[in-house]
Amino acid sequence: MSQLTAWERVKLARHPKRPTAQTVIKSLSPDFIELHGDRSFADDRAIIGGIGTILGVPMTIIAEEKGITTEDKIKHNFGMPHPEGYRKAMRLMKQAEKFKRPILCIIDTPGAYPGIGAEERGQAQAIAFNLREMMGLKTPIFVLVLSEGGSGGALAIGVGDHIMMYENSIYAILSPEGFASIIYKDASKADHAASLMKLTADDLKAFDIIDEILPEGEGLHVEPEIGFEALKKALQQAMKKTLKMKTDKLLSDRYKKYRHMGVFLEKGENNEKKQSND
Amino acid sequence: MNDFLDQRKKQLEEFKKNVRKKTTTYEPIDIPDGLFIKCEQCGAAIYEKNLETNHMICPFCDAHFRVNAKKRLDLTIDHGSFKEINDDIDSVNPLNMPDYEDKLEKGKKMTGEHEAFISGTAEIVGIPVAIGVLDSHFMMGSMGSVVGEKVTRLIEHASNHKLPLIIFSASGGARMQEGILSLMQMAKTSAALYYFDQKGLLFISVLTNPTTGGVAASFASLGDINIAEKSSLIGFAGARVIKQTIRQDLPEGFQTDQFQLEHGQVDLVVHRKDMRKTLYKLLQFHHKGEKA
Repeated sequence: MSQLTAWERVKLARHPKRPTAQTVIKSLSPDFIELHGDRSFADDRAIIGGIGTILGVPMTIIAEEKGITTEDKIKHNFGMPHPEGYRKAMRLMKQAEKFKRPILCIIDTPGAYPGIGAEERGQAQAIAFNLREMMGLKTPIFVLVLSEGGSGGALAIGVGDHIMMYENSIYAILSPEGFASIIYKDASKADHAASLMKLTADDLKAFDIIDEILPEGEGLHVEPEIGFEALKKALQQAMKKTLKMKTDKLLSDRYKKYRHMGVFLEKGENNEKKQSND
Repeated sequence: MNDFLDQRKKQLEEFKKNVRKKTTTYEPIDIPDGLFIKCEQCGAAIYEKNLETNHMICPFCDAHFRVNAKKRLDLTIDHGSFKEINDDIDSVNPLNMPDYEDKLEKGKKMTGEHEAFISGTAEIVGIPVAIGVLDSHFMMGSMGSVVGEKVTRLIEHASNHKLPLIIFSASGGARMQEGILSLMQMAKTSAALYYFDQKGLLFISVLTNPTTGGVAASFASLGDINIAEKSSLIGFAGARVIKQTIRQDLPEGFQTDQFQLEHGQVDLVVHRKDMRKTLYKLLQFHHKGEKA
């Protein structure tokens, strides 16, 4: 399906029939037990967290959940977390580290919630804290971009050792609508903005931002089993690679991966060299 | 009678002529551009030199004007102690965004710098520090690959030389024109701070007007001590976006330095005139070595 335009991918990523994280978790880990709360303020339903067995290994699963029915969507705040959601995620990730459980993070959000309460309780601080702490978690972290990875709200559970993206998912600095309204002062030019933004799985793979693209067959909304099987296979490979790795190596590889992200020009005394993700 | 009227008429015409002549002889007073600057908060016209010597603070209403990176260094560090590092890294246009090169050029012209972040080593009352300053005059101090790289290198430099680290932020957030690459700079800079943190070194983050978006949600919020400069806008989401989302007016003083203090997000709010003194005191608490 690689001939699709960026905007067609955006529409597929937001397809109303596309499975959300709770469906993925059910398929991947039927014995999943959800654990609630950040121990400080509330239980943010935009993020689901808990423990479940995947391929015979107990894992901590953290997922942004958009909700399925209208009622469910409201309950999960359309997958837009508040600071307490990110703090719950970090609490459960620290717990995973303690019990040496690998972590699977499933990203699916338009972005962190922009609201008064979110600002009062430190949305910026909550995201920043997760970015720093995930870098040092002494257990493997696998990340899946399920459908929509929007901005810092996605990245706040998205730092890891193996980053996977479904072929019809998108991952970007903000929504194409938001981007169009900044660049063109016109949100209706989102389709054009999408083509500029480099937000498809192929684009991100080319920049080495992600490690693996997962196939979906005709699309997760049509035949989810194909995508779920691909995910299991990818996780199996990733676990094989990381579960026995020494912690020092795991962490230094994780750092190197992010350390090299960015494209710029550095002039030496006599030569010009272009640094990029090598 | 008619003679009298004619005479008056003549006199009047003469008078009008002279009046016109007189007005045309007024030369406009030559006020050089920028000699006076209008304070946007209180409307007062401030003599530019007075503003300069007053830390770029309005002498009438205490409004803190935005300062560029060079001026910020002047106000903060010992005179002549700054040694810049990584000053020769330039942005490219990795996503081929329209007009990005023009915006970069404009930023360079406005600031005389290569990018929105300058960094190096310096001393504050003799205490050596690694210091970096974001300049909001360069593309709103937004963080793309270069800013992310320079922040990361500064953190690593501080880490390698066991220096306390001070970063002044002033930024609208991640740089849209570099898309996902900008987003990843949030992870990169925060990652570097993880290792800096492990070394037991001090990071003081100073959030100035404005510090929002991806910069607020990464290194700027990760100080051991987070200082908000007085009269700063600090937050994650933009006020316009929040308003559109919740469809109600925002409370008075939303996302100000005081708001952040009241909600426990910063350690202290510091007036610009007290900044150097405050930094020095905090550095002293953590300073083990000899004075340089």
